[in-house]
Amino acid sequence: MGEKFKTGVMGWIDARFPLSKMWNEHLAEYYAPKNFNFWYYFGSLALLVLVLQIITGIWLTMNYKPDAGLAFNSVEYIMRDVNWGWLIRYMHSTGASFFFIVVYLHMFRGLLYGSFKKPRELIWIFGMIIYVCLMAEAFMGYLLPWGQMSYWGAQVIISLFGAIPGIGDALALWIRAFHVIALPIILLAMVVLHILALHEVGSNNPDGVEIKKHKDANGIPVDGIPFHPYYSVKDIVGVIVFLIFFSIVVFFMPEMGGWFLEKDNFVPADPLKTPEHIVPLWYFTPFYAILRAVPDKFLGVVAMGGAIVVLFFLPWLDRSPVKSIRYRGSAYKVALGIFVVSFVALGYLGTQPATPVMTNFARLFSLLYFGFFVALLFLHKFEKTKPVPDRVTSK
Amino acid sequence: MKNRILALIMMVLPAPVLAAGGGIHLDEANIDPTNIQSMQRGARLFVNYCLSCHSAALMRYERIGKDLGIDERLVAENLMFTGGKVGDLMTVATAPDDAKEWFGTVPPDLSVIARSRGVDWLYTYMRSFYRDDSRIIGVNNLTFPDVGMPHVLWQLQGWQEPVITTVKDHDGTERKVVELELVEPGKLTPKEYDRAIRDLVNFLDYMGEPAKYERRSLGVKVIMFLLAFLVVAYLMKKDFWKDIH
Repeated sequence: MGEKFKTGVMGWIDARFPLSKMWNEHLAEYYAPKNFNFWYYFGSLALLVLVLQIITGIWLTMNYKPDAGLAFNSVEYIMRDVNWGWLIRYMHSTGASFFFIVVYLHMFRGLLYGSFKKPRELIWIFGMIIYVCLMAEAFMGYLLPWGQMSYWGAQVIISLFGAIPGIGDALALWIRAFHVIALPIILLAMVVLHILALHEVGSNNPDGVEIKKHKDANGIPVDGIPFHPYYSVKDIVGVIVFLIFFSIVVFFMPEMGGWFLEKDNFVPADPLKTPEHIVPLWYFTPFYAILRAVPDKFLGVVAMGGAIVVLFFLPWLDRSPVKSIRYRGSAYKVALGIFVVSFVALGYLGTQPATPVMTNFARLFSLLYFGFFVALLFLHKFEKTKPVPDRVTSK
Repeated sequence: MKNRILALIMMVLPAPVLAAGGGIHLDEANIDPTNIQSMQRGARLFVNYCLSCHSAALMRYERIGKDLGIDERLVAENLMFTGGKVGDLMTVATAPDDAKEWFGTVPPDLSVIARSRGVDWLYTYMRSFYRDDSRIIGVNNLTFPDVGMPHVLWQLQGWQEPVITTVKDHDGTERKVVELELVEPGKLTPKEYDRAIRDLVNFLDYMGEPAKYERRSLGVKVIMFLLAFLVVAYLMKKDFWKDIH
């Protein structure tokens, strides 16, 4: 492909801008392992959702009014009087939840195949920054419709970080500025860094072996195939399957039984009426459960923050030389299983009223959640790993 | 591997969310969103009985006409009592301060009430007013105790009074059950009244999301397209990958 770019329009551009070079480096001559499985769809899907969110977000901004007195009605104006407004809004609200589904699965892939391990520590860190930005973005976005849950959800979060004065007009204004400008810029920059770092060291794979160790005479990894066209055509299949699930929610169940759009958020914000249950959206509930599990408010905030911060250190906590779960011992498999169960259980508990029984369960699962990271420090001493193959295996 | 996938699926699947109000048994509204006539009757009830105190200020008269197949002249004659243009929003003339003085609270806007309360709650609520002389307005409601709203539809339903019976649970504890009994019939039989409320709730549900019908019909087309595209994309992938082993 590179040859014909030398003359004509492409030649003109290439003399002034490294377009062909970038195309080749990141797509046509980026060699990805040939044994990617199901779990490797979620990276490109996350990129797709990001683009969807940015495009639908731009269109929503055109008619949304950032004013505590007008915000709620302007969202309903978009739903009723703006052509295709309902579709754009549902795509955006559904996209927010799907973003987290995709990102959680993408992160889980990292845990399965040790994708965070040397030499990919920076990819993991950039990814974690993306995850934190995404949580801030989702939280602020949920405030925008200025319904009861927007308002009271904000009250809960803001009370955590001490008294930030000026709830109301000012808050609605600065939150929009962060949501539509500041955070998306950081998010995009981090996605670029995440991908640049990935393309520098190369992709991991389900076997956790480095394909760059075996290169042919031209310096191309023997087990690598060009990302384009092989993975571009494969990812299109993934994108369509994803869009089918996405469309089922957007067109047939946009509220997702109250999980994606909460009932109480169809009531305009009222500072004098506290809703019966204030529940954050589902993707925050594991951390919310940890917060409530700790009796002391300050320590609760520390534990909640710690639950996220500890993930940043994963590359240095897990000391096993073996990357993929395929060749790791049962100790890691059990630990990871307990970790996933704890995370899901905490997510469930975060949606429930904090009764004493539920709180005790939340404490147990919080301990197991943090226990996973502590266990990683010692696990490699007992773990009976299997021999890692030299080359990738097929299937 | 399969178990882990299952666990993740469980994480993202919805569980039934508790209805607002908690604990009260709600009757099923069983509305039929494809029944345009039911929604038209509901619209008539709504403008006659609700719209004098409650606004639906996010909704335009014109949109109701368009979606429910009522032409503009009929909308102006049958649904609009205070003049204005068919393109107007369904606002209410009562000043919020007056309303606060009369009812103790400003009657909420009903544009999206079906989305916050749910249709079953509305259907039950509108059928559970009862006579209560201990209150200034003389009325109370089982679904929404001490509500500020009087029984606006009393002429249609008549009056109910509570009957308290004590029942024994299978574990031996006694609890009181309050049931409502019609003591003074209204213009409609209980069956007709239930149907009228079902029509009204059907209309409120439509008004909560006027694009719902369009949403579903477009959704079928989009998913059909994606399924066809999936076949093409899969064959393309297979063709490209045939030499990769």
